Amino acid sequence: MKPESLLHVSPVFSELLNAIPHGIAFLDTNLCIVVMNRFLEVMTGYGNAEARGVYSEFILRSNLGNKNQMCREVLESGESVSKDGNIINRQRKKIPVHFTLSCLHDEQGQAAGFIIVLEDMSVLKSVESKHQGLAQETGILGHSPQMAKVFELMSVLARTDAAVLITGETGTGKDMIAEALHESSQRARQPFIKVNCGALPEALLESELFGHVKGAFTGAVTETVGMFRLAHKGTIFLTEIGDLSLPLQVKLLSVLDDQEFFPVGGSKKVKVDVRIIAATHCSLRQEVQQGHFREDLFYRLNVLHLHMPPLREREGDIRLLLDHFLRQFSGKLGRGITSFTRKAMDVLSHYHYPGNVRELRNIAEYSANICQGKKVGTKDLPQYLFQSSEVSPRPAAISAPPLVSAREEVQPMTKMAGGWTAIEKEMMVDALRKTGGNRSKAADLLGWGRTTLWRKLKKYEMA
Amino acid sequence: MKVMITIRGEFVSPRFDLSPEVLIATYYDQELLEEPRSIIVSDVSAEIICDLALKENVAIVVCGAIEEQHYQFLTWKKITVIDAVIGPYVDVLQSVMDNTLQSGAILAGAGAKEGTT
Repeated sequence: MKPESLLHVSPVFSELLNAIPHGIAFLDTNLCIVVMNRFLEVMTGYGNAEARGVYSEFILRSNLGNKNQMCREVLESGESVSKDGNIINRQRKKIPVHFTLSCLHDEQGQAAGFIIVLEDMSVLKSVESKHQGLAQETGILGHSPQMAKVFELMSVLARTDAAVLITGETGTGKDMIAEALHESSQRARQPFIKVNCGALPEALLESELFGHVKGAFTGAVTETVGMFRLAHKGTIFLTEIGDLSLPLQVKLLSVLDDQEFFPVGGSKKVKVDVRIIAATHCSLRQEVQQGHFREDLFYRLNVLHLHMPPLREREGDIRLLLDHFLRQFSGKLGRGITSFTRKAMDVLSHYHYPGNVRELRNIAEYSANICQGKKVGTKDLPQYLFQSSEVSPRPAAISAPPLVSAREEVQPMTKMAGGWTAIEKEMMVDALRKTGGNRSKAADLLGWGRTTLWRKLKKYEMA
Repeated sequence: MKVMITIRGEFVSPRFDLSPEVLIATYYDQELLEEPRSIIVSDVSAEIICDLALKENVAIVVCGAIEEQHYQFLTWKKITVIDAVIGPYVDVLQSVMDNTLQSGAILAGAGAKEGTT
């Protein structure tokens, strides 16, 4: 039986393929793709429609070398061949993969094609690296009572299938929490798709989320499945949900209610089984009051709410995280740096970390790179730590009231001398001045992502 | 405009980091200014190809799969990267000169089927 004919055997065949939690592709004798299962579509980022008929090496993009090598081995030995390697998917992510290639035979015993199975090894690799004591990159650290509450809530949230809303300042680890929730949920072996709602214009985002049919608009030469269908049976993580436009909010609401939608330009409803996790750095309640966010969608998303505390409110975690990141970077760089000096630790523990854990991580990386001795001293710390404390006494004001929620804390600040907005503006101007207007460097200096800086510049009309 | 295409055989190499060869062409107003030249990469590595792109002062890099860090590096160096391109490099070069090539393009000749850009 030829691989092409398998497609026509029964609709059960494709259901069966999609039910297997590994990437699977059928190749013809020319080594062109005949069909891929949904798992492989997610893994590679290519849909069946565009991949069919294309040489498999262009779609799988593995490091196994020339397409013929492995197939020749299979044909010569008559047995399956397995190898470890990696692929780079369309999202430019390298994924460690275990490949198994087997030959398919027709009724006469002639080679009719190949079946290739790709097992995603990223989870296993990360576990291995943890065992080796290397970077615990996926782990969330924290011993503070605030984080203990978050961990407690996370174990509850992982057991349910309801929508989750994660809020928190930039750099507090919302993305990591979302991924951890997915990994510990029942959908862990299914896809986790992350979409940044603020990164794309409305029209593009709609097509990105819900997919489009061929000819839906100019340039829509092929059908695209969209993120929701890619995340089928898995989890979709919508970050910066506050930036979603009102028309898209309506569509999202209907997906949340009915679990079905029309792709752009399509007339056939598509049903999906997706868990939604949304995250935002802004107060959605405030957005609702200002009419920028739909109230019904807010209540629908706010079924389960998880607030990530800012680092300045997490008692004792600063030291823990500093030690962790210093050890991590010191190990990576092959340096024998053991700890921070008492003076350096004093400076670091009194800093207010507007960029939260991301900023702290950057400071640790900077110190590990600069330090020439065994202990990180004050001279090895970024200069802006000292400047900001000299220029403004606000860090103390911010770090002073512990155990108070972020919202309660920010409001009185706004009444004082321009409030947090003015402080943030001033920080951005300072950073940009120091870096000669270079936004990437300024973002690094502030401990923010480049997009965060860009968003804030736009928000304050400084762009 | 100077363009660099990472190639393997007749096609755009499926992986940027594993490209054994690069093609460098200079064009103006949809016409090649000189015969494109190919350079065999001494050691197969993404860093060497990035370095080559900088040394050759190219404005556009066309490639297959590329890792995010190398993509970011090249764009940071003000080089336009058109990635995830599948197809014979001759047609790809023509599309670059016509200014019609986009990331993710699958050109005809990439397999048994008749593809489109």
